Amino acid sequence: MGENQKARIATTSLAGCFGCHMSLLDIDERILQLAELVVFDKSPINDIKQFTGRCDVGLIEGGCCNEHNVEVLRDFRKHCDILISIGDCATMGGIPALRNTVPLQECLDEAYRDGPSVHNPSGMIPNDVELPLILDKVYPAHEVVKIDYHLPGCPPSADTLWEALVALLTAKPVELPYELVKYD
Amino acid sequence: MTPGITFTIDGKQVTAAPGQTIIEAADTAGIYIPRLCHKPGLEPFGSCRLCTVTVGGRPCSSCTQPAAEGIVVESDTDELNEHRRALLEMLFVEGNHFCMFCEKSGNCELQALAYKFGITAPSFTYQWQKHDVDASHPQILIDRNRCILCARCVRASQDLDGKSVFGFVGRGPNKRLAVNAEARLSDTNVDVTDEALDVCPVGALLRKHVGYKVPIGKRQFDHTPIGSDVEGEPAPDDCGCGGAENVCQCTQSE
Ligand code: SF4
Ligand code: SF4
Ligand code: FES
Repeated sequence: MGENQKARIATTSLAGCFGCHMSLLDIDERILQLAELVVFDKSPINDIKQFTGRCDVGLIEGGCCNEHNVEVLRDFRKHCDILISIGDCATMGGIPALRNTVPLQECLDEAYRDGPSVHNPSGMIPNDVELPLILDKVYPAHEVVKIDYHLPGCPPSADTLWEALVALLTAKPVELPYELVKYD
Repeated sequence: MTPGITFTIDGKQVTAAPGQTIIEAADTAGIYIPRLCHKPGLEPFGSCRLCTVTVGGRPCSSCTQPAAEGIVVESDTDELNEHRRALLEMLFVEGNHFCMFCEKSGNCELQALAYKFGITAPSFTYQWQKHDVDASHPQILIDRNRCILCARCVRASQDLDGKSVFGFVGRGPNKRLAVNAEARLSDTNVDVTDEALDVCPVGALLRKHVGYKVPIGKRQFDHTPIGSDVEGEPAPDDCGCGGAENVCQCTQSE
């Protein structure tokens, strides 16, 4: 297949830990088969920072904890035909969402002022124009833009990601066996 | 021998002993009706509504509804399963379920039901309500973030342990699991050997110091969907007539 007929795929890690991307790399030698099927557009895997064109599939790791995450996620929605939430952070907020039952001010105070390991005599909370503004809560991706498929897991196993991608790229329905849809 | 009550579930003929509920008869017949608050050995409670079936077209909870001669029960229909999915999704957005570090993960009935119904993400908005954890007891933990208010522990403590350690306070979204003391679990007469600690379907009521004992891959629902035990094992000496051994129509007519 020529590069032009290959499916274009983009990936990003928003409020995630990169574990889902690691899991994608965990498909081992199947990565060669993947390279036959797709070309990577914007992705931390190839370090392409901006979309170079329209993509068939976008993989979203992580939910949205700040305005930059929201911007990137909207950009993905704009450029990708199919968006897939991968991992519990994207599908339900995950570990970052542990702060969601605590008011934001309390979180910031604990992190930058009152925490037992914090030394911050001026009591300043980071607030630079370069820093994306933090959101009141961490939002799962589908509460910000429309998401077409969800692959939960922390992370989803390499097999889960592989099976889902191959089904999509070969125009088959994404019907994963029982073992491959897990929340942990 | 009292003749059995015969009726159908999803077109399959089943037989119940007098006094049995629909879900009990279904279990004996190898038909799994999804449930959360129902647990054999505890009084029926009828709160989660997951076991809702239709009897002659009218919905009712199969864990509380007695079987009756000739009724036509439907359970595995698209419409009922759609409602069940919605109920499960609501439980996920109302509680705070972080399965990735929950000690119950892999053995959790709520999670297993979500797997069974193929829920990959809830379609409702997450509520992120604040719920308390009570870690006061040295051997037992309550995490109300995961409590689904099924009252299994309430019933087990009362009826099996002869205590009354657990109960509910508040209404609607403020309803919460309470303990029979001024404030904390450690002030109650709960004991780590209480049967109440064995019945929680989720990771809300846990024994401490035993978490993550079973490795991933070996846990109850890692490979086997919930309900397989009901569907897979026919009643002993089952003749295939669809009736349970003690009420089997075939042996009776012999
Ligand atoms: S109680 Fe069940 S659904 Fe809730 S976090 Fe634990 S494993 Fe997940
Ligand atoms: S603690 Fe467990 S058994 Fe008790 S009401 Fe909550 S979910 Fe049910
Ligand atoms: S199992 Fe019947 S209402 Fe809960």
